[in-house]
Amino acid sequence: MSAIARDDAASAAEAVAVHNARVTWEGCSVLLDINDGDRLVFCRLSPAATVKIGNNNYSLRPLIGCPFGSLFQVDSGADGPFLSRVDPSSQGKEVPDSIDESKDNRALVDNNKAQTLTGEDINAMRSQGATGDEIVEALIANSATFENKTSFSQEKYRLKKQKKYAPKILVRRPFTRSICEAYFKKYPHRIGFLRVDTLSLLLSMANVTANSNILVVDTLSGILTGAVAERLGGHGHVCSAYMGGTPYSLDIVRMFNFSSEICKRIVSCSISDLSTTDTANSENNGKHVAATESQPMTLQPSDMEDVTVSLEKETSYNLTETNGSFNLKPCKSSKAGEPASAEVVRMWKESGFSSLIIGAPDIDPWSIIKGLLPLLSHSAPFAIYHQYLQPLATCMHNIQQEKLAIGLQINEPWLREFQVLPARTHPHMQMSAFGGYILSGTKICGSAG
Amino acid sequence: MLPTDETKQLSFNRRIAEGDLVIVYERHDTMKAVKVIAGSVLQNRFGVYKHSEWIGKPFGSKALSNKGRFIYLLAPTPELWTLVLNHRTQILYIADISLVVMYLELVPGCVVLESGTGSGSLSTSLARAVAPSGHVYTFDFHEERAASAREDFEKTGLSNLVTVGVRDIQGEGFPDEFIGLADSVFLDLPQPWLAIPSAEKMLKQDGVLCSFSPCIEQVQRSCEVLRSSFTDIRTFEILLRSYDVREVNIKDSNEDGLVVSGSRKRRQFSQEDAEENSGHQVLARPSPEARGHTGYLTFARLKCL
Repeated sequence: MSAIARDDAASAAEAVAVHNARVTWEGCSVLLDINDGDRLVFCRLSPAATVKIGNNNYSLRPLIGCPFGSLFQVDSGADGPFLSRVDPSSQGKEVPDSIDESKDNRALVDNNKAQTLTGEDINAMRSQGATGDEIVEALIANSATFENKTSFSQEKYRLKKQKKYAPKILVRRPFTRSICEAYFKKYPHRIGFLRVDTLSLLLSMANVTANSNILVVDTLSGILTGAVAERLGGHGHVCSAYMGGTPYSLDIVRMFNFSSEICKRIVSCSISDLSTTDTANSENNGKHVAATESQPMTLQPSDMEDVTVSLEKETSYNLTETNGSFNLKPCKSSKAGEPASAEVVRMWKESGFSSLIIGAPDIDPWSIIKGLLPLLSHSAPFAIYHQYLQPLATCMHNIQQEKLAIGLQINEPWLREFQVLPARTHPHMQMSAFGGYILSGTKICGSAG
Repeated sequence: MLPTDETKQLSFNRRIAEGDLVIVYERHDTMKAVKVIAGSVLQNRFGVYKHSEWIGKPFGSKALSNKGRFIYLLAPTPELWTLVLNHRTQILYIADISLVVMYLELVPGCVVLESGTGSGSLSTSLARAVAPSGHVYTFDFHEERAASAREDFEKTGLSNLVTVGVRDIQGEGFPDEFIGLADSVFLDLPQPWLAIPSAEKMLKQDGVLCSFSPCIEQVQRSCEVLRSSFTDIRTFEILLRSYDVREVNIKDSNEDGLVVSGSRKRRQFSQEDAEENSGHQVLARPSPEARGHTGYLTFARLKCL
């Protein structure tokens, strides 16, 4: 056990440093937030990588080496338009603060004649090298109704035009927070409609912390496994357990900037291998190693030459780059989700897992947890996510009946976001009404104890 | 509380030992933190429990009182600690805590600044997130409260991860030694806007600040100050709805004779029948009482230079 549990302190510290880096590097994964969340694109930065915005492809080279949180805009140069960093000092956004305005929309006629600038005019401006901001100013100058709008509505108008003619690209750090939010917004079904606050509760309820061994059943494309690995920071293990012969996809783990040190701590193992006694296991385990190696499911953390991975598959936005096209060629560096070594499996059998998280909407919670609870250390917490209440209620009832755990609770988080502006503070008009249910509890000692 | 010490890690072989902190569980709403000392006893409405009988048992075991009533002995976690700690102030609970840790983007190795310390409920979870190599520096202007918090971190084994300072952060700001070193800052102060300019200096670029305030007026003023150097300013309210699960007997109207008016004989038969076929169902409904408001969480990201 000691050989596995012992951390190479130096490399672990380095692992944290890479993951917590605040400046981008060549080969790193970034989340591009285009126009304030209108579009979210995962990219891997390389000199050859591009992103398509509007009708143009833009090289991502200028993004390499910039701090996360940098804002970029489209600029036109001799070789055509390119992405350039917005000077933060010039970002002074004037927020309208007069709240006692008497203007209103009583004189507004919605006849589509307010704007005198035509599409051709705008194209002409563009070809003469006008910047997006200049076009926005021209549109405002040529709008017959702009002057009569309230300052709030002028601001809205400006923002709308800015998004179209002067898009802003924010370079976000791919962390559990941003990754979960991005998927929840664009592809909620791929993460089983797991909202970020629900995910945060799962991590708390399962007491996820460095130097733990966390068992997960993650059929949510790897979001759970990735989130746990992030919290472990290269200390301890996260074991993605699967039923049958094929590990579950851990696609989302690639979106994190995990160092090889952290990737090594993400392993997979079949539930049957975890449950069998030791002698049987060593054979089985060998077999599974062979089986999994040929499968494309195991993933590689980095393929530097790759272009862009977009979240948007059947996109309604005008994004055309290839999606999900990370090359799955094996690479030298260690992979996340490799089969657990016999040694580590033996350690888990001797000591038990520190906790368990289940996010598997297609599997009945009770049928899966009754087999997994014995693998947990005594007094280990667990948390099960499900979109439906009834399977969790039944599961809770059965756990109670069989006296396997205490402190059982089913909770549903409710999250409301607010607009906070001078004299205009109110909850957002649109909200997510549902983030899923969580059954949590603490395993107790059987009669043997 | 945290598995930094290998010998204290939870495992099948881990036994309760002298000096361990255990969470004594009577019911889901009746728990207590107890330090195990041979020769000491715990007394509650179920009788007297000898600590000496606990030593050598695994965590998660039952312990019997002199009257034969049992409790469970659980290993402490930040979640359980939040339920048992001494309230010196209003504390943060699991829903707010979880969202704070997630949105502050805490990972092992991070440095996080907090003020006020209060009862240390959040600090415990912050420490768990940044362990083993990160650190939580937490400040409270109340000397006794800081001292009690320090004792608590000693008790929970977190004192190597949490440093408690006595300082009026609203008045003096965070100490200069942390300038540019904090990955995240958390404020739970009556006038957070006074501390924001200092928090801004402490944060690394793109670092995240969170301010927790019960009142919307506080949020309003904080956001006005945040707008000058922060971006991505978002305010949330998070609540938990918990569910009661029961096995309920719901009768079928056709079988209990209420609708089908039949003979007495028929009715008796139906009742037996209904029980056998079990109108018993496991059902869930929201608990009738819940916390309606804790506070607003405002997150903001330091603008990049």
